Amino acid sequence: MIRALLAFLGWLAFVSASASTPFSAPVATDLITGDTLPRSLSEFHFFTDGIGQTPNDRVIGYNLNTPLFTDYAAKNRFVYLPEGQTARYTESGVLEFPVGSALIKSFGYPADFRDPDSPVRWIETRVLLRRESGWVALPYIWNEDGTDAVLARAGRRLPASWINAEGETQEISYRVPNQNQCKTCHARDGEIALIGPSARNLNDGQRLAQWVDWSILDRAPDDAPRVPRWDVESDGTLGERARAYLDVNCAHCHNASGSASNSGLFLTYEESNPVTRGILKRPVAAGRGSGGFDFDIEPGHPERSILLFRMQASDPGIAMPELGRELLHEEGIALIRRYIATMDNQG
Amino acid sequence: MKSIVAMAAMLLASTSAFAAVHTVEAGPNAQERLQGALIEAQPGDTVEIGAGRFELTDGLSLDVDNVTVRGAGASESILDFTNQVGAGEGLMVTSDDVVLSNFAVENSRGDGIKSKEADRITYDGLRVEWTNGPDASNGAYGIYPVESTHVLVQNSQVIGASDAGIYVGQSQQIIVRHNIVRQNVAGIEIENSYFADVFENMVTENTGGVLVFDLPNLPQMGGHTVRVFRNMIENNNTANFAPEGNIVAGVPAGTGVMVMANRNVHVFENVIQDHGSSNVMLVSYTEAFDDENYEPTPRDVLVQNNVMGAAGHAPDFPGGAELAAGFGGEIPPIIWDGTGTGIVVNQDVHILSLGLTAPGQPLSEAQPTIASLSSDDTPEMPDAVVLPESMVAAAQ
Repeated sequence: MIRALLAFLGWLAFVSASASTPFSAPVATDLITGDTLPRSLSEFHFFTDGIGQTPNDRVIGYNLNTPLFTDYAAKNRFVYLPEGQTARYTESGVLEFPVGSALIKSFGYPADFRDPDSPVRWIETRVLLRRESGWVALPYIWNEDGTDAVLARAGRRLPASWINAEGETQEISYRVPNQNQCKTCHARDGEIALIGPSARNLNDGQRLAQWVDWSILDRAPDDAPRVPRWDVESDGTLGERARAYLDVNCAHCHNASGSASNSGLFLTYEESNPVTRGILKRPVAAGRGSGGFDFDIEPGHPERSILLFRMQASDPGIAMPELGRELLHEEGIALIRRYIATMDNQG
Repeated sequence: MKSIVAMAAMLLASTSAFAAVHTVEAGPNAQERLQGALIEAQPGDTVEIGAGRFELTDGLSLDVDNVTVRGAGASESILDFTNQVGAGEGLMVTSDDVVLSNFAVENSRGDGIKSKEADRITYDGLRVEWTNGPDASNGAYGIYPVESTHVLVQNSQVIGASDAGIYVGQSQQIIVRHNIVRQNVAGIEIENSYFADVFENMVTENTGGVLVFDLPNLPQMGGHTVRVFRNMIENNNTANFAPEGNIVAGVPAGTGVMVMANRNVHVFENVIQDHGSSNVMLVSYTEAFDDENYEPTPRDVLVQNNVMGAAGHAPDFPGGAELAAGFGGEIPPIIWDGTGTGIVVNQDVHILSLGLTAPGQPLSEAQPTIASLSSDDTPEMPDAVVLPESMVAAAQ
């Protein structure tokens, strides 16, 4: 009898424990809209299985046509919208997300880039929370056993290694950005803004309509703009793909209200002034970043263009982008080299 | 309702009453502890940097308004970036009403301390240094406020910057005083800025002493209303070590004060001496540009009542040696390129005009002559820059 009772109590404990498992409840919208900085990623319930990152209800995975390069890291992107709410379509810039929304992005490395089934070791998950006061950016670092990720506002350096596409072992000191560094890239006029989820970068021909079907986007016009995939030759002209690449990788700072506004070099997809886009534009505060060259972009001369010089640099006083790029992005460099080599003076 | 107001008032009072001091000492894990304190500080708080050497691998940043970051002294609290592997500067400030005082930044890979869109910022009693002396591999700017209104830089030292020691760009209402800047390419540079007072600084051993510049294709242009006065500007003869492509790479070694493409600039009551190229240069921006809103000439410039010492014995520009020979060994201590309007020099020294008639005209077309630019019709003296009370109080 007692044994049966104990067994029953044990079962009860087990059931209630699993019921209170952090990952099984719906997404905690109140934590997204609240004013606290939750210590653990699990408190949000974005995933049902921790580092496995199986999305909870209304947490939806997505990709971008042309993503930001971050030291060859693999990325998992998710968006969450509260029940009954939709994002608002805008033709230019990023979609407008209602209060209570969140964007979730994980960074990690597959053990072996040659093997598509190679398991990814996830290092960190960054969240952007849409509060009444605006967006709040928080970095979380996964613990060893992958059960949870813990808030690290001051960032951290962590060792990462993998076998790259050429079969070589690659090791870096991976930088989890601190909360201010999040804002360095995500700043517009001093406030935190989104970078990736614009209609044109999300638009793969189906996704926007799908999001409308799933009631997370208000509308999706048939003629919604679209940027090409930077690395698919058939998907756009060289110029279109290069500009898509520069827009995503540079223009988050290099725009009129971003962190590099003082440079006067604006690499947004829409920018029409050739000098403003760097063509025959002289550096302002580049210091060693000039590499001894006169122009950001000298048409026909990638080898004398500061923009490419800085993409090819590893020294932190020279390298661009300033954050999240310790390795050279060889494929991106090749694209921009061809773009400048074949360019005329009007770009 | 009344009670809510009372409570709010109490809350406000308590916030300031309990303004916290976060002390961070040197030692292991300094990066995360110091950056953590800079993130967790609340408005009104002070982050105190202990004495000692802080070994840092990444740039630090502050994005909280009304925070004071204070060390134990410019020789005592040292933020050492010799082993920096990430970020473009040592310390970056992006919030308003910040006071930085009494610490040092050494050997950052890029700029030393940068503040961007950080209004009412005070740099006080700092040292920013590249400890190996002049070297092209040093960071560009030492103290670097940009796109800000109300900037105070005082009582600080900057040594070894490969661009400008103290650089204020695209800002307005600026005071730079009581600093020592040496062994930089440019000692002090005021660029694309409005309303600046630069006074009582010691500017020596740089390539060029004090530069007042305006450049095209930038969000803020039309630099104007700058007073450079009562500074000691001497022996700025260090060979130019700026990387090519940067505007200061074109500054001749041995330049005291250089005014380029600015309006309403007053240079007075300084001691300016011992410069191989010239004590004062007044010139246009010479490069080709594509910007209809840009004005490349100097306008309404007054140079008077300066103590002028020797200059012009080693002009560091093409044709300089021949020119000096033609003048019997040294060229006049003031050089004007011949462009611009309203240029007045009331000094008892010769002025060399290059006789150029338009910005960008090649030096080979120069027609050097001795010019007289003295006049009683001087541009009106600007009012002194006045900083807000809150800054004056914080700086004391």
